[in-house]
Amino acid sequence: MTLAVDVSGLDKRFGDKHVVQNLSIQVETGRITGFLGPNGSGKTTTLRMLCGLLTPDSGEGEVLGLDFRREAERIKRQTGYMTQKFSLYEDLSIEENLAFVARVYSLPDRRRRVTESLERLGLENRRRQLAGSLSGGWKQRLALAACVMHEPRLLLLDEPTAGVDPKARREFWDEIHALSAEGLTVMVSTHYMDEAERCHDIAYIAYGRMMARGTGDEVIARSGLVTFRAEGPGADRLSRKLADRPGVAMAAPFGSALHVSGTDRAALEAAIAPWRRDPLRWTQVEPTLEDVFIHLMNQSRDNFA
Amino acid sequence: MSGLSLNRIMAVLVKEFTQLTRDRLTYALILAMPIVQLLLFGYAINGDPRNLPTAVLVQDNGTFARSTLGAIRNSGYFDITEVARTTAELDEALALGRVQFAITIPADFTRRVVRGDRATILVEADAADPSATGNAVAALASLPREALRHDLTGPLAARAGAPPPFEVVVHRRYNPEAVTAYNIVPGLLGVILSMTLVMMTSLGVTREYERGTMESLLATPVRPLEVMIGKLAPYVLVGLIQTVFILGLAKLLFGVPMQGGWGALSLGIILFIMGSLALGFLLSTVARTQLQAMQMSFFYMLPSILLSGFMFPYRGMPDWAQAIGALIPVTHFLRVVRGALLKGLGVSDLWPSLGALLVFVLVVVALAMARYRTTLD
Repeated sequence: MTLAVDVSGLDKRFGDKHVVQNLSIQVETGRITGFLGPNGSGKTTTLRMLCGLLTPDSGEGEVLGLDFRREAERIKRQTGYMTQKFSLYEDLSIEENLAFVARVYSLPDRRRRVTESLERLGLENRRRQLAGSLSGGWKQRLALAACVMHEPRLLLLDEPTAGVDPKARREFWDEIHALSAEGLTVMVSTHYMDEAERCHDIAYIAYGRMMARGTGDEVIARSGLVTFRAEGPGADRLSRKLADRPGVAMAAPFGSALHVSGTDRAALEAAIAPWRRDPLRWTQVEPTLEDVFIHLMNQSRDNFA
Repeated sequence: MSGLSLNRIMAVLVKEFTQLTRDRLTYALILAMPIVQLLLFGYAINGDPRNLPTAVLVQDNGTFARSTLGAIRNSGYFDITEVARTTAELDEALALGRVQFAITIPADFTRRVVRGDRATILVEADAADPSATGNAVAALASLPREALRHDLTGPLAARAGAPPPFEVVVHRRYNPEAVTAYNIVPGLLGVILSMTLVMMTSLGVTREYERGTMESLLATPVRPLEVMIGKLAPYVLVGLIQTVFILGLAKLLFGVPMQGGWGALSLGIILFIMGSLALGFLLSTVARTQLQAMQMSFFYMLPSILLSGFMFPYRGMPDWAQAIGALIPVTHFLRVVRGALLKGLGVSDLWPSLGALLVFVLVVVALAMARYRTTLD
């Protein structure tokens, strides 16, 4: 097992805000790691530090086998970074954008690379269209094509699918998996649970600290969370009443059903006992990643906020 | 169609005010603009420049010559800063722009006055900028009658009447017909170049930040100097095209004389274009929005037009305003363009101005490089 990213003790402050605190992260080569956490948890800052866009206050380690603080320039050449906001030139055509990227990375055989990239995207016929006129989904795919054109070994994606429709998202993820199968290491931040489930590994950070790490199943198992699901008329309306009961870590409606979770099984069962009768049907279920994340989020708020 | 709602107007109005105070730079400029304008227009600009530097060549050491010089000085328009020993020295002082006027009192001045034999003094004016010399020349009209009034007594009293005891011959050099366009049009080259170049490039970096493309650009291996050269090079061409265009029109429409000095002119144009572009780039690393960048370049244009000697005579301004003017590249560029076109001066004559432009380019490029960040910190 080789590590594409192996950094520890990462710190970053903006003024008096300690955005990333003593964060360590290891990422195996060729795997897709999902970066999750509430807004403002330091996901973007961490990704930016890894690709040299921000200077960490402290921390050391290696990215792609290079000292990530001193060899940022060399890391940049082997890393693709896709920003949260579309950041290609809207007033250039698709082809011109790709040609610009190819030039910036001094890629040999530029025309062939651009054409290949266009073919892979399926945009050969629209190559002269301005990038700004593309739909959200196409913009994301173009941005992805632009940042893998120089065949990076590490791909950093910052909420790449925000505001993109489900079909385009699925295609986008198929592309990510195809790239990963070719050996590319991917770190992707997201808020979508279905996307978290598509990742090989998950890193959950909140308030600049690593809260959970591992595969989806491992993260769920380690949370120690017990979840009951209630179905039946009015189940979803119970969340307010249940949320404040002792032993209930959280209660959240899922459509017309209700998920109630806690870390102490006995206390949780006592809490839901008054409603454990008709017409509600209760079953113990495996907690979902979302249950775990919301639990982690609540916990971290109690600890640090 | 319903009526206007005061509440809704207030909502927009309050929001607008709040946003205005958020943008500190705009706020500062709203206050600074009138102050700067008032100071410049009120104190610095002087349409009737006095105490203009003057070189004299006095070949006659008689009393009348001294009295005439005294009268010239007393007019308030002439400040004798140089005493030349030869005609060549006198010419040089005028050509290189060290003085605005060169006055020659010939050897036989006193003798001719005594004899009543058409005595003359020669006043050569650097009329490249007619507005700088106009009033001073006009003041010379009363000189012959007044200058020797106290000297012409006794047997010479008759000379004090009409016709006046001597004549002032005025030569307007470099622009004999005092055509204002000859001065303004070459000056416009500097103003137009800096207007377009500073403004266009000042948006360059700011636009990348505003649109979010800077984040991607910084994640690539491209270096700051590469970005700067790449961004500015196209505008060098823009600047050169404008130059050819303006000079062509200056010749065709206004018949501006072009005496040569092409070497100095070319060097000056290249340095000035580079300096303006680098300044625009520097502004765009300071500004956070494109609007701020526009405001800053506008703020820069103000002294460039008012204090550079473009619209108002440089020598008419008080020392502090001249000192500010000397920091502005347009000032030096105007000297190069006017010196080269109207006087045919070469690189060896214009090196002080060319040197100032070079220093400006170097300083601004260094500052811009220091300001440009390769990270988002």
